[in-house]
Amino acid sequence: MKAVLSSADISRALTRISHEIIEKNRGSEDILLLGIPTRGVHLAERIAREIGVIAGQPVPVGTLDITLHRDDLRSKPPRALTPTKIPSGGIDGKRVVLVDDVLYSGRTIRAALDALGEIGRPALVQLAVLIDRGHRELPIRADYVGKNLPTSHEEIVKVSIHEVDGEDQVQIAGSHA
Amino acid sequence: MAKIRFRSRDLMRDVVTPVLKRHLLSIDDLTREQAILILDTADELARISDAPIKKLPTLRGRTVVNLFYEDSTRTRISFEAAAKRLSADVINFSAKGSSVSKGESLKDTALTLQAMGADAVILRHSASGAAHRLAEWTKGSVINAGDGTHEHPTQALLDAFTIRKHLNKNPEQNGGVGADLTGVNVAIVGDILHSRVARSNVLLLSRLGAKVTLVAPPTLLPVGVSDWPVSISYDFNEAIGECDVVMMLRLQLERMKSAFFPSAREYSRLFGLDMERLAKGKKSPLILHPGPINRGLEISAECADSADSLILEQVTNGVSIRMAVLYLLLGGADS
Repeated sequence: MKAVLSSADISRALTRISHEIIEKNRGSEDILLLGIPTRGVHLAERIAREIGVIAGQPVPVGTLDITLHRDDLRSKPPRALTPTKIPSGGIDGKRVVLVDDVLYSGRTIRAALDALGEIGRPALVQLAVLIDRGHRELPIRADYVGKNLPTSHEEIVKVSIHEVDGEDQVQIAGSHA
Repeated sequence: MAKIRFRSRDLMRDVVTPVLKRHLLSIDDLTREQAILILDTADELARISDAPIKKLPTLRGRTVVNLFYEDSTRTRISFEAAAKRLSADVINFSAKGSSVSKGESLKDTALTLQAMGADAVILRHSASGAAHRLAEWTKGSVINAGDGTHEHPTQALLDAFTIRKHLNKNPEQNGGVGADLTGVNVAIVGDILHSRVARSNVLLLSRLGAKVTLVAPPTLLPVGVSDWPVSISYDFNEAIGECDVVMMLRLQLERMKSAFFPSAREYSRLFGLDMERLAKGKKSPLILHPGPINRGLEISAECADSADSLILEQVTNGVSIRMAVLYLLLGGADS
C-alpha cells in the first residue's frame, strides 16, 4: 500500500473542483450535485458545502443509486439497493454534476446517465471525480478531476473517506507497490 | 442525528447481503434479515415507481410466467405490472382455455414452460403444496402466489410493508427502512381456517416482532392453532381495543363445504367490522384487507372506504413488493 493523496491533498483537490465548477458554470445558479454511492455521496456533500461558502448560497445535493442500471448484474448475486434522493424541485433544467470517487472503466457513469434519464431531463450533465485512473472502456471523460493517477489493471486504488472509513486518504496497491 | 443514521446504512452495505434462496415458496424460507431486505428494496423501488418513466432495464431478457390455476385479479396483474416495470417478458397462463382442460398435469405443463425458457414461474393453485412440488421439477425460480389454504407469501410481505410504512410516517424515520415491527399489535379477523393470507401473515408478522391476535369463531380456526405464535380471541369488541392494525379476511365461501356459522348476518354482527366497532379501538387502528372484499359481510362499506382504510394502498404496495422479490430472485447471476 502506497499513499498517493493525504487528507490535506484531498481537501485541496475538492476546493479546487468547487472553484472550477463555479467558474465553468459562471456561478452556482441551477447547479445540482448528485453523489454516486457510497463514497461519491460524501464527496458531493463536501463539494456542495464548499460551493455554498464560495458562492454565498447553498447548492442542492442528492444521491443517485445506479444498481438497477448496471451492466454486470448477471455476474454476481443481486445487490442491495441504496437510496436515491433527489432534492425537491427535481432535475429538469438543472445543471447536474455527478460526483464519484474513482473514474475507471466509465461503466458506472454510463449507468448513472441512464438512471438520470428516468428521473428527468437536466439542462446538462457534468462529471467530477476525485481520482481518474484511466483504462476507459466507454467514450466518457470527467469535467473535473482531483488527481490523474496512471495505473495498471493489476493495481487497486483505495479511496478512504472520513465519513465512511474514519480517515481521508488515497492509496494504491498492486503488482509492484 | 440524521447524519449518523446515514453513515450506519452505508456501512451496512459492506456487510454480506442476506441473499434470498432460489424460490419463494413460504415465509418460512425467509429469515428476519431477508424479510427486511425485501421490504427495504420495495421501499426504494416504490420511489422509482413515482418517477415519470416507470421502466427499469434490470430484468431485460428474463422471462416470467404467470401460471394461474385459480381465478385472481390483483395478484396476477400485480405480478405482471411488477415484471414489466423491470423489463422482464411476461407470459400469462390461465388454466381456462389451455391444455389443462385436455388433462395435462401440473408437471407436464411446468416442463413445457421450462422448455420455452421461463426464468421464473409464479404459481397460483388450489392445492396446498403445489408450489413446493413445482419447485422440485423446474430449473427456474418458483414464486408461490397462493397455494390452497397454505401460504401466500407476497401478500404477507406487502401487508408488513404497508404497516411499517404507516407506523413510521415521520420523515425522520425514513418510512421505517431497516426497521422491523416490534411492539405492533395486529388483529387478524375472520376466516382463518381457509386463509393462506392469515398463515403467511402470522409467520411473517411474528418473525418481525409484531404481536398477533387471531379473532374468529372457533369453527373457523384451524386444528393446531394453539401451537402458532399468536393469542386467540373470540370477542372482537374486546380484541380491537389495543390494536394498531385490524386485518380483515374474506369469508371464502367457495371453499366452505359445510356450515361454519349459523347465518351470514350473525357472523357479520359478531366478527364484521363496522364504524361502531371501529370506534372501540383506542389507537384508531389501520384497516387492512387482502381483497376482494365482501362489502357488508366481513366489513361495512363505510369502513372499507374510510380514511383509516389502506385497502387500495395495499394494492399499490403489492407492485413494489413483487418488483423487489423478482429483482432479488432474478436480478443476479444464474444460480
